[in-house]
Amino acid sequence: MSRIITRRRFLIGSTLTASALGLSGCDALVESPKVQSILKIAEGLTMKTQRALIGDDTLAREFGMADISPTFRANGTSMPDGAQYQDLLSRQFSTWQLEVGGLVERPTKLSLAALKAMPSRTQITRHDCVEGWSAIGQWTGVPLGSLLQQVGLKPEARYIVFHCADEFEKTLDGSGWYYESIDLVDAFHPQTILAHAMNGRDLEVAHGAPLRLRVARQLGYKQAKYLMRIEAVADLASLYGGNGGFWEDRGYEWYAGI
Amino acid sequence: MATIETRNVRPGGKRVFIRRHSLTVRLSHWLNVLCMTVLLFSGLQIFNAHPALYWGQYGADNDPSVLSMEAAEDGDAIKGVTRIGSFSFNTTGMLGVSTVDGQATARGFPAWITLPSYQDLATGRRWHFFFAWLFVINGLIYMAYGFVARHFRRDLLPARDELTPGHLRDEIVDHARLRFPKGEKARHYNALQKLTYLLVIFLALPVMIATGLTMSPGFNAFAPWMLDVFGGRQSARTLHFITAFALVAFVVVHVAMVLVSGVFNNMRSMITGRYSIDIEDRTEVQP
Repeated sequence: MSRIITRRRFLIGSTLTASALGLSGCDALVESPKVQSILKIAEGLTMKTQRALIGDDTLAREFGMADISPTFRANGTSMPDGAQYQDLLSRQFSTWQLEVGGLVERPTKLSLAALKAMPSRTQITRHDCVEGWSAIGQWTGVPLGSLLQQVGLKPEARYIVFHCADEFEKTLDGSGWYYESIDLVDAFHPQTILAHAMNGRDLEVAHGAPLRLRVARQLGYKQAKYLMRIEAVADLASLYGGNGGFWEDRGYEWYAGI
Repeated sequence: MATIETRNVRPGGKRVFIRRHSLTVRLSHWLNVLCMTVLLFSGLQIFNAHPALYWGQYGADNDPSVLSMEAAEDGDAIKGVTRIGSFSFNTTGMLGVSTVDGQATARGFPAWITLPSYQDLATGRRWHFFFAWLFVINGLIYMAYGFVARHFRRDLLPARDELTPGHLRDEIVDHARLRFPKGEKARHYNALQKLTYLLVIFLALPVMIATGLTMSPGFNAFAPWMLDVFGGRQSARTLHFITAFALVAFVVVHVAMVLVSGVFNNMRSMITGRYSIDIEDRTEVQP
């Protein structure tokens, strides 16, 4: 009996300690770095399996006009408040230029007019937010692969990084700027486009004007908005938190195919 | 199910031990308990990131939902409102609004039933997908074993005479009165058990995996036909949710049956494999 009471006292005591720290037993387990590193095995397994099954150029489903969402929910930043972006917006992006650099043979800058003059692809695809909702929209833009062929990737380039004009989280060290990255499989996928139009009109600010990325086989947070600069890199470790994206630096999977 | 030991319990009767569950079945059962527990709690965490369900290819805030859990203003306080179709329920304290650190907080399911307890979608997803892999691998091994070792045919496939309406009616009546098979009849699952386990193994759990995969934009590119099977990504998400709660209902009944039909013997058989049967002499040769 006394043993049971002691054990109960122990349990009560440890529960109180844990709740004082704001942790239940499960939460303490959740926050163990060792547990977190074991759980990350699943991401690699998912990516390898999906890549093996899907095939590099297999298309995501494209829908018809009738399937387009009546209202496409805007997510993340809906109006970047930085002075630079506000200035670009006030001039209807006539002074905006997309910078393409990093590990490329011919770094370049492209105006919105120049991008719109390039051969484009139009697709009606589904946008899946990591939260669970979906919206379908029509996107028109330049295939990223053709742009990368134009500038020429250096052999050591492995990833394409997208730098954005929205600071999604205000921080003192500037680590809150939105960015994203994809590997070359997705960069050269036919449905990976730099979209400047949505549902037949110029991209709205809420949806990433003047230019946003569309990666059809991954989740919404990969679809970076307000693109300013595209950079080819050999690895992602030196950028921001080192995980290849704003949300990736905050615990989300870099491979967002699931 | 060989008899492994016979013991006299009282004059005119004897207790026999049979090997009821093979090691593979026992291991996969308990691994499944772990996986389904984590999958449920982390799944509710993921659901809480957008506590609404839709039907069709798309669905977001401005589209009609089939179910939603919301916080609504109620004077100075907030109340939880759960809506299913056109029916609304006040579910304050449980769904829509529940207490976190003493504060009424807007959230789908309450903190005590989500993993982690606080709102953290990224962590919920990590746990969900890790244990989904474990669950799938476990399931594949069990399936292979079930066919190769004839576990399905021998233990789960009902005999033709077990499926007659009269027999099924008798079994339902016996279950409702909590009268469970004894003696020789207890050597095997009864027909209701067999049908329930077959439904769970060959319908509910595969539907969970298939609807889960249909929510993956990557997997959609591999198998777009699955979008047509379930009626779209949002329909698949809704079916994933409904099937999860069908499985919760199964587990509730399953555990209740384990408790009332001889909890010690049942637990021993799923842990050690040994299951005892009391056989009274001559009783099994009744006409």
